[in-house]
Amino acid sequence: MKHLLDIDSLKADDIHHLMALTDHMVEVNQRPIPKVPALRGKTVVSIFFEDSTRTRTSFDTAARRLSADVMNFAVSSSSVNKGESLRDTIETVSAMGVDAFVIRHGSSGAAQQITQWTNASVVNAGDGWHQHPTQALLDCYTIRTHLNRREGFDGLRIAIVGDIKHSRVARSDIQAFTRLGALVTVVAPPTLLPPSMDGWPVEVSHDLDAIVPEVDVLYLLRMQRERMTDALVPSLREYTSLYGLTPARARTLSPHALVMHPGPMNRGVEMAVDPSELPGSVIIHQVTNGVAVRMAVLFELLGSGSGLKAEET
Amino acid sequence: MARTVIRGGTVLDRCGERRADVAIADEMIEEVAETIEASGDDVVLDASGCHVTPGFVDLHVHLREPGREEAETIETGSRAAALGGFTAVVAMPNTEPAHDSLSTIEFVRRQARAAGLCEVAPAGCITIGRAGVTLAPFGELAAAGVRLFTDDGNGVQDPGVMRRALEYARPLGITLAQHCEIASLTKGAVMHEGSCCSHLGLPGWPALAEEMMVHRDIELSRLTGAPIHLLHLSTARSVELVRSAKADGVRVTAEAAPHHFTLTDETLRSFDAVYKVNPPLRTAADIAAIKAGLADGTIDAIATDHAPHPPEAKEAPLDQAPPGMLGLETALALSLTELDMPLADVVAALSWKPAAIAGLDSRHGRLIEAGASANLTVFDANEEWTVVPAKLASLSRNTPYAGRPLRGKVRHTIFDGAAVVIDGVAQR
Repeated sequence: MKHLLDIDSLKADDIHHLMALTDHMVEVNQRPIPKVPALRGKTVVSIFFEDSTRTRTSFDTAARRLSADVMNFAVSSSSVNKGESLRDTIETVSAMGVDAFVIRHGSSGAAQQITQWTNASVVNAGDGWHQHPTQALLDCYTIRTHLNRREGFDGLRIAIVGDIKHSRVARSDIQAFTRLGALVTVVAPPTLLPPSMDGWPVEVSHDLDAIVPEVDVLYLLRMQRERMTDALVPSLREYTSLYGLTPARARTLSPHALVMHPGPMNRGVEMAVDPSELPGSVIIHQVTNGVAVRMAVLFELLGSGSGLKAEET
Repeated sequence: MARTVIRGGTVLDRCGERRADVAIADEMIEEVAETIEASGDDVVLDASGCHVTPGFVDLHVHLREPGREEAETIETGSRAAALGGFTAVVAMPNTEPAHDSLSTIEFVRRQARAAGLCEVAPAGCITIGRAGVTLAPFGELAAAGVRLFTDDGNGVQDPGVMRRALEYARPLGITLAQHCEIASLTKGAVMHEGSCCSHLGLPGWPALAEEMMVHRDIELSRLTGAPIHLLHLSTARSVELVRSAKADGVRVTAEAAPHHFTLTDETLRSFDAVYKVNPPLRTAADIAAIKAGLADGTIDAIATDHAPHPPEAKEAPLDQAPPGMLGLETALALSLTELDMPLADVVAALSWKPAAIAGLDSRHGRLIEAGASANLTVFDANEEWTVVPAKLASLSRNTPYAGRPLRGKVRHTIFDGAAVVIDGVAQR
């Protein structure tokens, strides 16, 4: 594997392989000194054209635990704001000797585009509405761990609720969950669905009340405030009453069901309950698993196949 | 006196096809005969295996000058036109400043005359600054010979403004041309709205945004009696609306661009902005409808919407890159390669039909006979070639056809009696 740009290009076996690798990384992270020399001498550059402290920190932590050198390319203070093109930026940084780019960009396709301007590996850390593959992998890992589904998600019922149309998380999760065998239902008002879902392996519902008691995993998406100005929903209040996880709806969750969210949560909007009072909430575990999954991805792209056994070196 | 003699070709014009040589003296066709012997100082152009047709007329090009000379100039665009077999092009008014005053129109014509490679007919604006509010001085510009008016790049959004524009235009003998796009339906749009954009997470440009304005303007033309030309149709339903309006006798004409009958929205899976164009590339079903519309004459003309952009502009993320692609040098070959139409119908859609719409038919798209203006294209319909962007005459390189094998190539272009392209090489 040279790049990780999307989930679409991964087969179920690829996902299982990365999950197994993540198991190793979780073990590394539990050591007294959670650091291995696997990527010593490798340089990982993260370029975030869109702010995201949590994802950047997660990737940087992952790279450091594998002993890679980590460079942060600060977009706000760089030449990007002086009119330098994306191509020039990538070619310039690439010329310094880079093994992998971790890129977050507000435009769909940006991660794929830069692969033509560098020989380094590219990890898509979120591009526009398109894909956020490491989010999907960490979500898979979290479900796999908490519902004890090492063999796959056959028959698992997962609902993804909210703004599917503008969500790279939804696009990635739908592909990853269904590739592992899950039955996915998306729940959203029609204005927050993509214009065409032909060929999407999902059910569509507009009735959250009917869905909540049925699912093994309830996945809530972040509701962006700017959606109101585009007349996509009348108000946040109405959105919460129809599509938010309210205390009344939370009571109908099945006892074993997981509640997930990619963060950051809009408390009082999609998450209208205190998640710490939800026994099935694994939101904080998603964050923890994010580091291990990103270690697995970086190791898969850059590793030589050895070096995980820190205790022997 | 030295003449130019085109020898060995098959003459093809509105009256059909016949074996003939063509002799040109000054700016006129002097003689058309089965065999014309060249005398000592005549320039002989070999047309064996070629068709000799009236020069092509492109209703829709963006030459970028004034204002965006890093993308194209009137000279480089004219050279691309001549190499593509065009003896006249209609320059769209979305320059900076826009073609909304006599001084800009005169500037464009002066630059075109200096280049001397083809006729450049500047289209006037419908509204000042293409802002959709105040009418441009139609009367003054019409008196100066401007025949086509459009705010291309923008559609005229306000139906009241468009109605008044058509009413005001009617007695002036001019034609208004519409870029059909309801802007509120295409905010931020990057590509065709459908399953592909949904998958890629890119904002969609729905077919309806074009079709609503096609419908509106057909009805406004019916109401006012003024002619309307519809630019770059891209959807199946648009073709159907025009077909039915023509059957009703509405004075509507339409054009389609080669990219809208050769490429689909699936190309955007590459996230390469070279495929971003406005209106966007659509589906295979739309391509079939555009081809059928050209074949049955519902769509009158093939127009390129030649839209040069420098590399740095197209090496941007899709939502930031400007829309548009080159077209002048590939239009003939794409039409011959992709359209299942008799050759004469393809030439009609490239030559005399657009010449009539542009009001250029006194000098372009004429019968090939003694006494007519010598604006001619000589092309080999069977020559195979491959598009190499660096070899194009345009200043820009944004062709979506790089590496694509095509059939049909211009050998010579005669503009106002001068051989501006000989053996595929521009002479100026």
